[in-house]
Amino acid sequence: MPTYQLKVNGKETTVEASEDSPVLWVLRDHLDLVGTKFGCGIAQCGACTIHLDGSAVRSCSLTMASVEGKSITTIEGLSEDGSHPVQEAWKEVDVPQCGYCQAGQIMTASAFLEQNPNPSSEEIKTAMHGNICRCASYTRIHKAVAKAAENMG
Amino acid sequence: MSTTENKTIAFNRRSFLKTSSLASGGLLIGFNLFQACKPEVVKEAAVDLAKLDYKDFNAFIKIAKNGAVTIFSPNPEIGQGVKTSMPMIIAEELEVPWEMVHVEQGILDTEHYTRQLAGGSQSIRHGWDALRQTGATARQMLVNAAAAQWGVEASECTVKEGVVTNAKGETIGYGDLVEAAAQLEVPEEVTLKEPKDYTIIGTDRVNVDIDEIVTGKPMFGLDYKADGMVYASVLRPPAFGQKLDSFDATEAKAVPGVIDVIRIGEKANALLNQEAKNWTAILSSSDKVVVVAEDTWSAIKGKKALKTTWIDDSPLESTEMQDEKLMGLLNGKTFTNLRKDGDVQKAFAQADKVLERTYESPFLPHNCMEPMNFFANVTADKIHLVGPVQTPEFAAMGVADMLGRDVKEVHLEMTRMGGGFGRRLYGDFVYEAAEISNALKKPVKVVSTREDDMTTGVYRPAIKYRIKASVKDGAITGYHLKEAAINSNMYGLIPNFFPAAAIDNYQVDVANYSSNITTGAWRAPYTNFLAYAEQSFFDELAEMMEVDKIQMRLDLLEKAKGHNDERIQYSPERMQEVIKMAVTKSGWGKQPEGVYQGFVSYYCHNSHVAEVADVQIEDGMPVVKKVTCVVDCGIVVNPLGAKNQVEGGVIDGIGHSMYGDFGFEGGKPTAMNYDRYRLIRMKEVPEVETHFIQNELSPTGLGEPTLPPAGGAVANALKAATGKRIYKQPFMEDPGFWKTAEKPILG
Ligand code: FES
Ligand code: FES
Repeated sequence: MPTYQLKVNGKETTVEASEDSPVLWVLRDHLDLVGTKFGCGIAQCGACTIHLDGSAVRSCSLTMASVEGKSITTIEGLSEDGSHPVQEAWKEVDVPQCGYCQAGQIMTASAFLEQNPNPSSEEIKTAMHGNICRCASYTRIHKAVAKAAENMG
Repeated sequence: MSTTENKTIAFNRRSFLKTSSLASGGLLIGFNLFQACKPEVVKEAAVDLAKLDYKDFNAFIKIAKNGAVTIFSPNPEIGQGVKTSMPMIIAEELEVPWEMVHVEQGILDTEHYTRQLAGGSQSIRHGWDALRQTGATARQMLVNAAAAQWGVEASECTVKEGVVTNAKGETIGYGDLVEAAAQLEVPEEVTLKEPKDYTIIGTDRVNVDIDEIVTGKPMFGLDYKADGMVYASVLRPPAFGQKLDSFDATEAKAVPGVIDVIRIGEKANALLNQEAKNWTAILSSSDKVVVVAEDTWSAIKGKKALKTTWIDDSPLESTEMQDEKLMGLLNGKTFTNLRKDGDVQKAFAQADKVLERTYESPFLPHNCMEPMNFFANVTADKIHLVGPVQTPEFAAMGVADMLGRDVKEVHLEMTRMGGGFGRRLYGDFVYEAAEISNALKKPVKVVSTREDDMTTGVYRPAIKYRIKASVKDGAITGYHLKEAAINSNMYGLIPNFFPAAAIDNYQVDVANYSSNITTGAWRAPYTNFLAYAEQSFFDELAEMMEVDKIQMRLDLLEKAKGHNDERIQYSPERMQEVIKMAVTKSGWGKQPEGVYQGFVSYYCHNSHVAEVADVQIEDGMPVVKKVTCVVDCGIVVNPLGAKNQVEGGVIDGIGHSMYGDFGFEGGKPTAMNYDRYRLIRMKEVPEVETHFIQNELSPTGLGEPTLPPAGGAVANALKAATGKRIYKQPFMEDPGFWKTAEKPILG
């Protein structure tokens, strides 16, 4: 199996994986970063969202071959201690139910607010539309994104 | 109806409580919630106190010398918030500040749980008394210890925030009392707090796992790892009704990372043949092919490379054929009667007017966000099982049976669950993991893909209802509900829900046919569709009678008052109260132009709920903008968490009734993943306004009861907005149906 060099949560990392392996499974099974979740495997649910060079991407549909030399941030690396404004807002609003989708929601929201620090309610809805929450904690996700924007501003 | 006024309760402490001092200093109280919640089980399980140790208790309170309190929550968290709300109840009675409380997930040691088959539902409703008693017992022992130290009567002492105070104003903290308290007898009687004195119950508390969740800590079954663990992907028959004939693993074995390919099913099938073990009914009777690999991706890839032949073993069903069968049942005469009051046929014969409608729903997959998975390590002396399952005792016993082992050798750990919705009541994946590990002699984790999960589910079956009602001299005189379903029918007290007792001639009849498609409980079984059917029917009935829709419901409830039928557990008074509050809070009848409302009131899971949906027309299409939800679930332990449940239930109910569509063709599901199966998403989500009725009644269910009414409220609002009534879910199967010319055709 080929070897890949990439930066994961700020650390230079070398990992052996098959070239068609989705980054998701390499993170979870090989690098022990299980915060990134598996939901659908076909880029439909957003549970596996990570940042690739700062943009939110679906790690289930991103092959190892395409990330060589790039920089990845996962939920574990979003902040040292859970103090990223989006994480703080999530705690303040008490968003999660089962919690399974929330890492993906937070990664989508944090990349979005980086691009658009002052979103309208409609823009938040559009940005978060790709992330499914089966428990339907949507109203709180919306509220927490707005709150994070406020706190960051 | 149990109220919670100050009362002294004597309870069988020996059945579920034990205390002792900790080696490290401190007090440990163990209690067995399974037994405490199920008194009938206590009688069966003759408990020899002398022989018990702390493993026999599935929940503990630990108070350390520094006064810190740890509560081991016995309940696995599936997203309903019990890991927060149940310890809140203990902390309340214990009289400690919530900030001092640390909650940990307790482990279920099945070695000691061979007799607690009841399992399953340990909701707030069941735990309410046991949890309060446990907290109060610990508090009383600490007070007794302080009183003994001071040489005063315990009744002279007061306690607040973990500090005991005597009449002279001297104080001692819990931390300094625990060692003495641990030596004391467990009091036979304890006094519970009065609701008006609550300082924790009824206050907003953030989910105790919030920090772990927002930082992505390993908590779920899918996150679990063990040394030497391999990953398994299971190929099950592609169609219900098919069986494995043969397979060729040559190409699969050539996939890098694949370790082995094996065939399983022999052991599970042997178990399946033992009729009495009905909890195995969810197991497929086919053999399966398992690809075992070093990581998940290799296992999935290996599975795709398998060459298999399947043979048809029983009829391959299609949605069309199911529809025909269900209609045949509705039109036929093979019903089982579940309730019969008066004579509906006579009422229909004498009626001025009769209304009859049929309502149809599709199958639904659960689609838990975390796909099914389980870890097993079967060794010579132990069976170690770890993962998300809601019925650990059943799973442990079934696995022991299947492998011909003693259940005492099974050690099962429950993980946090990425959603349940009923799916994880069925432990088919536990059996698979155990059979695979047993064959390989390795620790293994079975991981389902979304496709596996959606196509080999334990679905909510398609159901059809036919409702007929008669009106004579302006009153509803007869009501006949018929259910045609697959594999099973409505159960328990559902046939006695409203409008039972409100209509003199009332009858419920059910019929089903057996299918080879596995079916089971889905969040709010039966009522998740029945509520929509009945509540749309009431609306239409009111329209036919030309009476006010709300007043009609209030009048029926008035009529239901004063019955003495034990099977009827909804309260007409409480239902009227939620209806009146929903009318006020939603601005019913006073909505601005362009807003169309739909109303539902419903009782299930011991809670009373009323919902009003507001629909507006945007670009010629109806859009649900807001839902006002009023809930009477007794005392709300944690309003912050409770609102999350209410909103989740409402939105889930709307999502599935609008979009949830699932069928079969040649025995194969028509959708395999979220590209073909539509779940509600952010832009479709309405605002949800939640109100709780404030009372001091014992808490009741909250995870489910707000879901069933939502579909009905939306259907009734859609009718108001477009003039069209829909008799089939999902409502948006044909969006063109709803296209309006902006101006609604009111009818
Ligand atoms: S798992 Fe990647 S989008 Fe669903
Ligand atoms: S919190 Fe359960 S899927 Fe989002």
